Amino acid sequence: MNADLIVALPEITLLSLACLVLIVEAFSKDPLHLLTYWTAQASLIVVLALTVFYFPENAQIAFHGSFISDAMSTVLKAFMCGISFVVFLYSHEYLKEHKCLRGEYFVLGLFAVLGMMIMASAYSLLSVYLGLELLSLSLYAMVAMKRDSSSASEAAMKYFVLGALASGMLLYGISMIYGLTGSLQLLTIADTINVDAANRMYLVYGMIFMIIGIAFKLGAAPFHMWVPDVYQGAPTSVTLFISTAPKLAAFAMAMRVLVDGLLPLISDWQSILTILAVLSMAVGNIIAIAQTNIKRMLAYSTIAHVGYLFLGLIAGTASGFSGSMFYIISYALMSMGAFGMVILLGRHGFEADMLDDFKGLSDRSPWFAFVMLCLMFSMAGVPPFLGFWSKWFVLKELVASGFVELAGIAVVFSIIGVYYYLRIIKLMYFDKPDSMTALKSSKQMRLVLSVNGILILLLGLAPNMLMSLCLAALSG
Amino acid sequence: MTLNTLPILSILIWTPIIGGIWALIAGDRQEQTVKYFSFAVSVLTFIFSVILYYQFDPTYAGMQFVEETSWISAFNIKYHLGVDGIALPLILLTSFTTILVILAAWEVIEKHISYYMCAFLILTGLMNGVFMALDAILFYVFWEAMLIPMFLIIGIWGGPNRVYATIKFFLYTFLGSVFMLVAFLYLYSVAGSFNIQALHDVPLTLTAQKLIFVAFFLAFAVKIPMWPVHTWLPDAHVEAPTGGSVILAAIMLKMGGYGFLRFSLPITPDASLFFDDVMIALSLIAIVYIGFVALVQEDMKKLIAYSSISHMGFVTLGFFIPFSIVTATGSTSGAIMGMEGAMMQMISHGFISAAMFLCVGVMYDRMHSRMIKDYGGVVNSMPYFAAFMMLFAMANAGLPGTSGFVGEFLVILSSFKASFWIAFTAAITLILGAAYTLWMYKRVVFGEVTKEAVAELKDINGREALILFLLAVVVLTFGIWPAPIFEIMHVSIEQLIEHVLQPKIL
Repeated sequence: MNADLIVALPEITLLSLACLVLIVEAFSKDPLHLLTYWTAQASLIVVLALTVFYFPENAQIAFHGSFISDAMSTVLKAFMCGISFVVFLYSHEYLKEHKCLRGEYFVLGLFAVLGMMIMASAYSLLSVYLGLELLSLSLYAMVAMKRDSSSASEAAMKYFVLGALASGMLLYGISMIYGLTGSLQLLTIADTINVDAANRMYLVYGMIFMIIGIAFKLGAAPFHMWVPDVYQGAPTSVTLFISTAPKLAAFAMAMRVLVDGLLPLISDWQSILTILAVLSMAVGNIIAIAQTNIKRMLAYSTIAHVGYLFLGLIAGTASGFSGSMFYIISYALMSMGAFGMVILLGRHGFEADMLDDFKGLSDRSPWFAFVMLCLMFSMAGVPPFLGFWSKWFVLKELVASGFVELAGIAVVFSIIGVYYYLRIIKLMYFDKPDSMTALKSSKQMRLVLSVNGILILLLGLAPNMLMSLCLAALSG
Repeated sequence: MTLNTLPILSILIWTPIIGGIWALIAGDRQEQTVKYFSFAVSVLTFIFSVILYYQFDPTYAGMQFVEETSWISAFNIKYHLGVDGIALPLILLTSFTTILVILAAWEVIEKHISYYMCAFLILTGLMNGVFMALDAILFYVFWEAMLIPMFLIIGIWGGPNRVYATIKFFLYTFLGSVFMLVAFLYLYSVAGSFNIQALHDVPLTLTAQKLIFVAFFLAFAVKIPMWPVHTWLPDAHVEAPTGGSVILAAIMLKMGGYGFLRFSLPITPDASLFFDDVMIALSLIAIVYIGFVALVQEDMKKLIAYSSISHMGFVTLGFFIPFSIVTATGSTSGAIMGMEGAMMQMISHGFISAAMFLCVGVMYDRMHSRMIKDYGGVVNSMPYFAAFMMLFAMANAGLPGTSGFVGEFLVILSSFKASFWIAFTAAITLILGAAYTLWMYKRVVFGEVTKEAVAELKDINGREALILFLLAVVVLTFGIWPAPIFEIMHVSIEQLIEHVLQPKIL
């Protein structure tokens, strides 16, 4: 077999399986689409197994330098598959309950995962772009899936128009870099980049446009406008999906473009990211306080988290990048649980997406109130939960690189952020419930969500493994 | 495994935490079992702390019972525990207070008793952890994690304004702590270690020391609390349930003091010298100004809360007076006395404030009011209670023969060596303290019974009598014979002062 194909084996398998799922769906008459659902889930498991099985000892580059399989991409891909598996599980529950279950959801989901995996492994600007578009187009369609909901259509429209704009910016940046270096391969770009005074200005221009594209995909301020509307308007299962695995892909894209490709320009992108980070932490944390809709609140919290994610990149060291990777993985795990809770509380024809829907949850379901408590304290960055270590890690690397003031600013915003997480705990524990309706959900959903919550606590008590994994993934 | 090889510090942390989790699992349906079980766990924890006390070697200044295991090997963060003469009394105080708190909740807490017990037991384990941690990050984890149960305790079982109070409490203390975290991270980038003892020895420039001192100050001054960052305390104390107020006053405030001794003074001695005057001034403001504030309070809990702030002023005064003594006289003779007095004040205030809050709790459980004006003539219907409260009120005012006197007296005595005026200002508290405490006592306990409800009050039952009796014994014992406490901490304090007076400017 061609060596190139082995390197891309997980992606090729996923593509084939996604097509298979599409065919299965075409012939399915089951209103619950169980066969489609389970083949999609099985595909993810197979791809996850292949990814882990072919863990590369050293970075392997294929397809004439446009594709790379290294430790970082493998770890991220494994998490993408695992997280998507849980997302599909929650989604199936949600779509069934809200009577909008369609098999295409899982097919589109698989293609989105394929796009993410390509982004994680992209080693040329073209494959970065291809992966990104595959991911984005699938997501646009998923957001619009609830055709008769005006808010979902509005969200999809916004997402699509702004997403297309961001893609355009990214392409413009790519074309400038291509014009200056004569190559699309990140490796060649890094080697041939000529950082003399005359050239530098144009390079920085190109880089800025690419950073805009990345910032848009991650949802960093001031390119965050789509985030709250899409998070609120989209069906909760899609919001859940958008806020988890694709963030890992966007992080991978930032790493590939900024670190693998444009490392010689580090001092320039450090200062740009600093602005984006501070703005994101400020906008996210402050505006989240004013929200009454939990999906919208979590959207602003995402924006704030992206700000912290940038801190590790700003540190500019290998362990700083590991810090960011640790941050984004922990964020995805927490976000998965938080939106899972929103799905759990909803039932037929009722979206539990207002903060008040959490009122008195400790009386209705003490266990899930505790799970949400873990998630909220974790997002707020309070030990002993996972979210503390992710903030700790990026701050530590930031301080080690000498950005003590920026670390100071970051912790100030984290104090502001604590307030709106505490408010949810206040609603759950200190207020009386409006109704004592029992939670309706399947056993598997409860089980997975409980494991999710416990994982946040356990990883907080013993973060060493995940930290070492992230450090090892980027030490090469 | 013999008694000597037991990991006794880990036991002191994890026994209450695991017990708390079990109480939670047992749930509210088995109310009696949960209560007796929690009581047993707290007694067991206390027994272990007593064993710790008997095995402790008071002639050795370093850390004892050290446990060291790798925790996060990627960054050399260790599960590293140990106690010295400064931590040991505080651990004893913590496990003793927990018993009282659990007893005090017996019939009073009706809602979610298993949550309540769980929160307090876990809190105890975490507080013990704070006093034992020898790794800065482990310390920070215990320090912050502690906020979670306290947040829930005030929020779930608190008074009418509990949500405001508990969120204010959380945000205020969180605000202080995060800067401490940045300071730890900076120290790690200099020293390459989170080991607290290694941080004590790392030389730092004066500018760096000043910044680190300010970061530590934010964390510890909020916690202890010092004027002007004390405003969370009256709210939290007033709204918290009795048990919560007791733990807050008796132990949580002491963590601020402990933080000064363990971090601020030894890690940034030169900055401590630099900020010495400011710290003494802030302490004196707390002692005098907050004393006046306490005088005008109409809510008993608020009055005790302000009196706590005023008493904590003595603690910070005692911690920072050694620098002035050495500057003024060139010798360290009064310095040790000041610092030991401050430590004694922390321990004694732990008992006295706990007792005062429990007394208010006893009345509140019967009358559901904390307002002084709603009482009057309580002695007629509750004579035994009035006697106990008399003792604690006197101790709070610093009457000789009670433990409240010892600490205050030593701190005032040692401040004389630094300056007459510092000592004079601090001594005003002897008048103010007596004024606000005894005036409150007079208005509540003596006088004609004018309210029908007061006339029908039932005197304390056996359980309440037991709690107050235990506290009375401790307050009197340490008032008459404080030597055991000094004996434990003397060598450690001596070593600390010696370390602190060595400049370590880079």
